[in-house]
Amino acid sequence: MSKIPLQFRHNGRDVAIFVDGGTNLLVALRELIGDMTPKFGCGQGGCGTCSVLIDGELHLSCLTLAETVAGRSIETLDGMKQGPNLHPLQRAFADNFAAQCGYCTPGMLMAAKALLDRNPSPSREEVVEAISGNICRCTGYEPIVNAILAAAGGRASA
Amino acid sequence: MLELRKDIFADERDDNLKEIGKGTQRQDMLGHVTGTSSYFNDHKLQGMLHLKVVRSTQAHARIRRIDITEAERSSGVRRIIRGADVPRNLNTLLSLINFGKDDEPSLAVDKVRYKGEPIVAIVADSEREAFEAIAKVKVDYEPLPAVFDVEDALKPGAPVVNETYPKNTFTYHETYDHQKLRFGDADAALATADHVLEQRYQMSPIEHAPTETNGAIAAPDTNGRYVVYTSTQALFFSVDTCAKILDVPSNTFHFIGGTVGGGFGGKVDTLTEPLAILGAMLTGRPVRYVFGREEEMQYGPPRGAERIYIKDGVMRDGRVIARKIRAYFDSGAYTRLSSYAAVKCAAHLPGPYTIPNVYGDVYCVFTNRTPATAMRGFGVTAMDFAIECQMDKLANLVGMDPMEFRILNAYRDGDMKAHRREAKNTALIECVQVAAEKAKWPIRDEFKRASSRKDGGGSRAIIPPTPADSRARPTAPVQQRTTYDRAPAATSREPPREPPAPPPPPPRPSAPSHGATRFSSVFGTRRR
Amino acid sequence: MAVTVKTFASAGEAAGALSSDRSARYLGGGTLVMRALNEGDVSISTVVRASDRALTRIDPSGPRITLGAGVTFARVLAERDLAFLHAPARSIGGPAVRNMGTVGGNLFAPNPYGDFTVALLALDATVAVQGSFGARDIPIEEFLQSRERRAGTLVLSVSCTRPASNEAFRYRKIARIKPKGGSVITIAAHLPISGGRIAGARIALGSMAPTQIRARAAERALEGRSLDAATISAAASAAAEGTSPSDNALGSAWYRREIVGVHLRRLLSGQE
Repeated sequence: MSKIPLQFRHNGRDVAIFVDGGTNLLVALRELIGDMTPKFGCGQGGCGTCSVLIDGELHLSCLTLAETVAGRSIETLDGMKQGPNLHPLQRAFADNFAAQCGYCTPGMLMAAKALLDRNPSPSREEVVEAISGNICRCTGYEPIVNAILAAAGGRASA
Repeated sequence: MLELRKDIFADERDDNLKEIGKGTQRQDMLGHVTGTSSYFNDHKLQGMLHLKVVRSTQAHARIRRIDITEAERSSGVRRIIRGADVPRNLNTLLSLINFGKDDEPSLAVDKVRYKGEPIVAIVADSEREAFEAIAKVKVDYEPLPAVFDVEDALKPGAPVVNETYPKNTFTYHETYDHQKLRFGDADAALATADHVLEQRYQMSPIEHAPTETNGAIAAPDTNGRYVVYTSTQALFFSVDTCAKILDVPSNTFHFIGGTVGGGFGGKVDTLTEPLAILGAMLTGRPVRYVFGREEEMQYGPPRGAERIYIKDGVMRDGRVIARKIRAYFDSGAYTRLSSYAAVKCAAHLPGPYTIPNVYGDVYCVFTNRTPATAMRGFGVTAMDFAIECQMDKLANLVGMDPMEFRILNAYRDGDMKAHRREAKNTALIECVQVAAEKAKWPIRDEFKRASSRKDGGGSRAIIPPTPADSRARPTAPVQQRTTYDRAPAATSREPPREPPAPPPPPPRPSAPSHGATRFSSVFGTRRR
Repeated sequence: MAVTVKTFASAGEAAGALSSDRSARYLGGGTLVMRALNEGDVSISTVVRASDRALTRIDPSGPRITLGAGVTFARVLAERDLAFLHAPARSIGGPAVRNMGTVGGNLFAPNPYGDFTVALLALDATVAVQGSFGARDIPIEEFLQSRERRAGTLVLSVSCTRPASNEAFRYRKIARIKPKGGSVITIAAHLPISGGRIAGARIALGSMAPTQIRARAAERALEGRSLDAATISAAASAAAEGTSPSDNALGSAWYRREIVGVHLRRLLSGQE
């Protein structure tokens, strides 16, 4: 079976890999590039834990055919830190206890980043809508929403 | 948000608390927000193979034949594992503490007992190739009658689900088909009660639905050992279970776990580790076995279903004087942990109330449903739901405020509990008082003044004479409607009368009152 | 064997590849085909794509609007002229799914999905498909009735009526989870008014049959009448007629039959 060459930008770096036909972007990122930050949760588009940004837009990597991202720019949680420092969203998630088991956290943070990148001061309703495709089963939605609002405006958690 | 009520039981506690009531950062928070926390699946191993299982399409069937010839030739297939390849293909989880008989195969051999039971495992180069091979395995089933209802499973002539337990009930102490609690004479007390209320409750299975599905990666390590990355919630339990099933010393394994993407009880069954390790043993390669989402939801073990009958005797003044309970735990096709759930349930009866006559029968029943397992308070959750619904209905029946009704019947320090332990450090009264205060729910002063540490013990500490069981089987109960239920479409049963006026405060009259209306599903409405 | 991916510059070529290979599926946004591959659907061994710009075109002007099959729900939401379709587009998935899922794919989405198609059905849509003899238009009902056999058909675009006013088109999705979740039932109603009376009512239902269907008995109860309490009651009590819902994890068939009239009543009387 022949492999398909694929190049794209991964957190600001150019990468080149060979994928099998039908490989999804989640598998490509995790198993071929070694970026373990996006997680497998459902493979169906129901949980959001594999969320990444493609050219700044929120996408589900498990439902993205890898070869469709050729030449595009992928952002994952692995690229969120600013040098040695946490991104304001990461700091806010930590400060607001917005992670418990941590498995939904990568997807939540990417969904939050997608929101704040285009809407720096969202309402609570907009935050809820922005993470509505992301499931947290430890049920920490309130601290997660508070964390995103805190990161947005330095607003105190409700 | 968090409020410590230090005024309650202030003398019992050192209030120089260093952690409680203060925010403390999780030690794994930095890993979580940077995505560097390492879950079982976050390991990239050279030459890793993928394991998938062929699952039963039948709820109950004899397996006539398993044909893997075409699957073996399928592209990318490295190994097909069958029941005969599993060194000890029969296990029960709690055998590690000598509780229960081995009743569950890792891979079904002669019979399948629930839809989705694993029959054959396929180890292939890629998931896709494993899926392609699965489509080529042919299983010839002879369907058997299936039973999906706990009470049907106990009827004479019901299909035998699991031959290890031919009566479809777990066997306790090698003798008993259920857990039994007897305290006082519940039947005699019911006969003297002003009201008797019998109700049926049930709860469906509940899936934990962790965001990370169950899974494990096993890889050959140096010196004949195997390293196992696992989602287990019970690491040492899983090590020993694998050692038993694979018939090797437990130090063969180096288990790495602890960071779990949500468990809630659904990751204690050690479902993926034994086959992943066996796959690694048989191929010499790292093997990953991870549930897909549909597998997790359909065939991952849920909180088991329960059906509960409660028959209570209550006096007009609000005292519950008798509680009779029959509960059925739906274990599914295998024991897993439901045997223990039933024990916990029996130990929980009759709830946090002082009731002088308690009678409980709790069954762990096998049906052709997905085996059930642990989940947050299992054994107690549905029973508490049933008991608290029942308490609301009883309060309504005697015309009492439900909060006050609970304070009246709450256990207090020094009371004798039904399983013959003295109640200590009780706090239900205070909990109800605070809940009422927070909800701005008015309760009368005498109930505000009640205390878990007052008025307990004494006559409430006595173990009543308890008659031995007669042989008679209990009559099948019928659901009885109360004013809590919606109006039935058509009923001949008389609804409860207007509730009597609120009763006098709780001194405990001992003489049974007469002339009250009685409700019993068995006898209907009648006058005594 | 791995999956073969074939990418074509024109929709016509893609349609040819699709119709000549029974194991081929067209990849739009990925929410159906990639999901099937992830779940181990080995009946798919070829994935066909087309980079044809025509597939992502939007023509929002005129009394009938046209959406390319590859238009995502996020793009529908970004289009001010398509405000009447914003409620159905917003009711689908979270932001990521709306950035991926397409109008054309939604025509194939099984229960409890396919909400956008419910709206299109109420708006008398036609589906343009590329067949072996070139493009042709199929009424959406006919398309849905034969959906099972259309896996090898390439949808090019969908056209539908633009409602004359905000009042004339109503949409409601009942889900267990807010703000998102699979559909328990979905209802869309197009109620053109002529001289104070309803003329050409179309009520579409999702999750009330194997595919999206019209509630024809309810439509008959509305036709030619003014939208008053008596008319609404008559339509609501006829809502379940001709439906064949099934049980799933979100609700039982019985429950769906019970609530469809309740929600149609609320929709028609403008209740939240």
